Amino acid sequence: MADQNKPGLFEKGGKLYWLHSTIDAFDTFLRVPGTVTARGAHVRDGIDLKRVMIMVVIALVPAALFGMYNVGYQTAVATGASWGFWKMFFYGLLKVLPLYIVSYIVGLAIEFADAQIKGEEVNEGYLVSGFLIPLIVPVDVPLWMLAIAVAFAVIFGKCVFGGTGMNIWNPALLARAFLFFSYPSSMSGSDVWVHIPKDMPAVDSFTGATPLAIAHDGMGALNAQYSFMDLFYGLIPGSVGETSVIAILIGALILVWTGVASWKIMISSIAGGLLVGWLGHLGGATELPAVYQLVMGGFLFGTVFMATDPVTSAQTECGKWIYGFLVGALAVTVRLWNPGYAEGMMLAILLMNTFAPLIDHCVVSAKISARNKKVRTA
Amino acid sequence: MSNNIHLKKGLDIPMKGAAAQRVVKTVVPDTVALKPTDFKGLVPRLLVKEGDRVLAGSPILCDKQNPDILFTSPVSGTVAEVVRGDKRKLLAVLVKADAEQEYVDFGPKDPASLSAEEVRQLLLKSGLWPSLIQRPYGVAANPELRPKSIFISSFSTAPLAPDTDFVLGDKASDIQAGILALGKLTDGGVHLCVNQAVEAKSPFAKMDGAIIHTVSGPHPAGNVGVQISHIAPIMKGDTVWTVSPLLVAAIGHVVLTGKLDLRRRIAITGPAAVEPAYVEALPGTPTAQLTQIEEGVRVIGGDVLTGTILGPEGYLGFFDNQLTLLKEGTEREVLGWAKPFRPKVHSSSWCYFSWLTPKKQYDMDTNLHGGPRAFVETKCFEDVTPIDIFPIYLIKACLAGDIEKMEKFGIYEVLPEDLALCDYVDPSKNDIQAIIQDGIDLMIKEMA
Repeated sequence: MADQNKPGLFEKGGKLYWLHSTIDAFDTFLRVPGTVTARGAHVRDGIDLKRVMIMVVIALVPAALFGMYNVGYQTAVATGASWGFWKMFFYGLLKVLPLYIVSYIVGLAIEFADAQIKGEEVNEGYLVSGFLIPLIVPVDVPLWMLAIAVAFAVIFGKCVFGGTGMNIWNPALLARAFLFFSYPSSMSGSDVWVHIPKDMPAVDSFTGATPLAIAHDGMGALNAQYSFMDLFYGLIPGSVGETSVIAILIGALILVWTGVASWKIMISSIAGGLLVGWLGHLGGATELPAVYQLVMGGFLFGTVFMATDPVTSAQTECGKWIYGFLVGALAVTVRLWNPGYAEGMMLAILLMNTFAPLIDHCVVSAKISARNKKVRTA
Repeated sequence: MSNNIHLKKGLDIPMKGAAAQRVVKTVVPDTVALKPTDFKGLVPRLLVKEGDRVLAGSPILCDKQNPDILFTSPVSGTVAEVVRGDKRKLLAVLVKADAEQEYVDFGPKDPASLSAEEVRQLLLKSGLWPSLIQRPYGVAANPELRPKSIFISSFSTAPLAPDTDFVLGDKASDIQAGILALGKLTDGGVHLCVNQAVEAKSPFAKMDGAIIHTVSGPHPAGNVGVQISHIAPIMKGDTVWTVSPLLVAAIGHVVLTGKLDLRRRIAITGPAAVEPAYVEALPGTPTAQLTQIEEGVRVIGGDVLTGTILGPEGYLGFFDNQLTLLKEGTEREVLGWAKPFRPKVHSSSWCYFSWLTPKKQYDMDTNLHGGPRAFVETKCFEDVTPIDIFPIYLIKACLAGDIEKMEKFGIYEVLPEDLALCDYVDPSKNDIQAIIQDGIDLMIKEMA
């Protein structure tokens, strides 16, 4: 592919100029560009956005792999089939793979077209968004719905703002929100989280409800189906990648180690979730101890992979503490006091994405006025 | 002795090619160039024509707005050529040097007994006035102003920067005289920042007539702008001047002897330098005479973060005492960004594994290592900016051309060099220094 990029054909005026952003994207994907510094510092760090984004993808791999296994496991439990580990894994792989194919083909096609229209290089941002989207939807979501959601998220979440780095909301969450509000019957309830094949009827005891939904009926109802360790390992119904605490923590470790995601946001979000969970437990809104809020549903996945998106989160260090805390607190608040939505993480993050610039504005203004005072008196 | 200022934020770029501490040759230039482009904020007017005889210290150019500010020849000889660029912009005046050097005599003086007016006149006449840099904006100092204070950073932490103590080790009396003379120009005193690591043996730590501060930490701890922001931040309406230690010595020399002598030790550095060591030469010397330059090598006057491209046929600048030679990085590395290990490329980010080899020095080149993108990761800017500002907000205010916000976010406190490391670490490959410079240019235009 790279060798096709001969002068003429894809350059301005060439026959295939309309493909030049696409060719350039593949070309720079395969080989680091030979561009040299022109203005400013003459040497540059080896880091680029491709590397940053691929780090997030690597961090997501454990959650994705576990998610595939869990899809097979849930089907096996629901139908009473006695499958081995690999059978479960490959069954899940075959269910999840189409989601990935649709997500990447639709998303990248729009990204490439957008870059071409604007005459820019293709952004790397969708490498991550495209990997995230299949992990935050139910496995049974119809592919055409997913395609529409991806198109909506990429066009209205990113392209209209000017691409990666300019967007206000996390594009992957926007795709999920689009699905959630447009096709609620495919995104909530008890029938969407576990794939039941037509030729294998579910066993009588199967309910298909997520722990979050069951938790509304109290501690006893939850414990009747799942132990705390089930929730921790992630062998529960839910969106594909969100269930396993262990897999998410491995990803968190990679993100914090490489410095790609902010540990401040992760810690403060967990603190916010625990605090509201504890207050809710104390006030009688739920029978569940606060720590259960962390291991159920998408709380941890959202905290680690979605709330920390450097573009849509707060940019100031102090703002990150506030932003993260409010994400966690709001998510659990929605869970406990809003019977309409079993899960509050998605809305909490999208809402805080909206307010992140305001938080930053307050932090920066406060710091500047404090500093001016200090300098004047000094 | 005041308290040490220790800076935690910053980054020392581990690059190969530091200059060995010896002087390998003294360069006697055939031709010397005086480049008005070295001086920001001044518009040159030609005072000589081709064929004129000049002495070392004779005026060649003056500033259009303020004709008292003179630019003088560093050598005695004959004006050989006036080089002009587009729209007849004056680029350089070339002086063919005599074999025997003759100097204009400004008359030796006692620095302690000089008045402010005498110092000002001496600096203006000898052509050393443009060595005073005014902050905010980093332009040549206005002779009519009396600055809040004068700052001198006695050391540089920039990549492969020359060791000031080696360069100026034998000029302690010149430096002392220079500090005393500069002290007359301000009521706020001369602040001198010394590298804490070499405080005991540095001649700078023993200077009279200066307020001495010690500073430690990674680059940009040696940047005078960073030091100012920790000692007395520049607010709206303040004016401070800065002088490089090299030119403090030249000022002292002209006070003590009456002669303009700009000879200096110049560090030849960089991974592509054939013999990284010091040479003794004048500013304006052709780069080809300073050292051997190979094909495909970028010749930079100054360090790799802030230097300007001189090229193999260029001339060393007025402020430079370093030449950095760097290979052009046009080679394309296959799947570079995806390789788990890239031992030849340095990265301060933990997404690579450079942290495993903290002592390694890298054979760097000018490759950008990526394509330009919108800002995504912005914490990296704060990590390398030890100034109490929000770099990303300032950068965005400059991009937007919003004067009010630029003021609020600290445009008065910085010059592009203070944010030079942001250029280096940015994964989105933006030219931050260029953005800041454009912002400063806009401020000068709007506030004039």
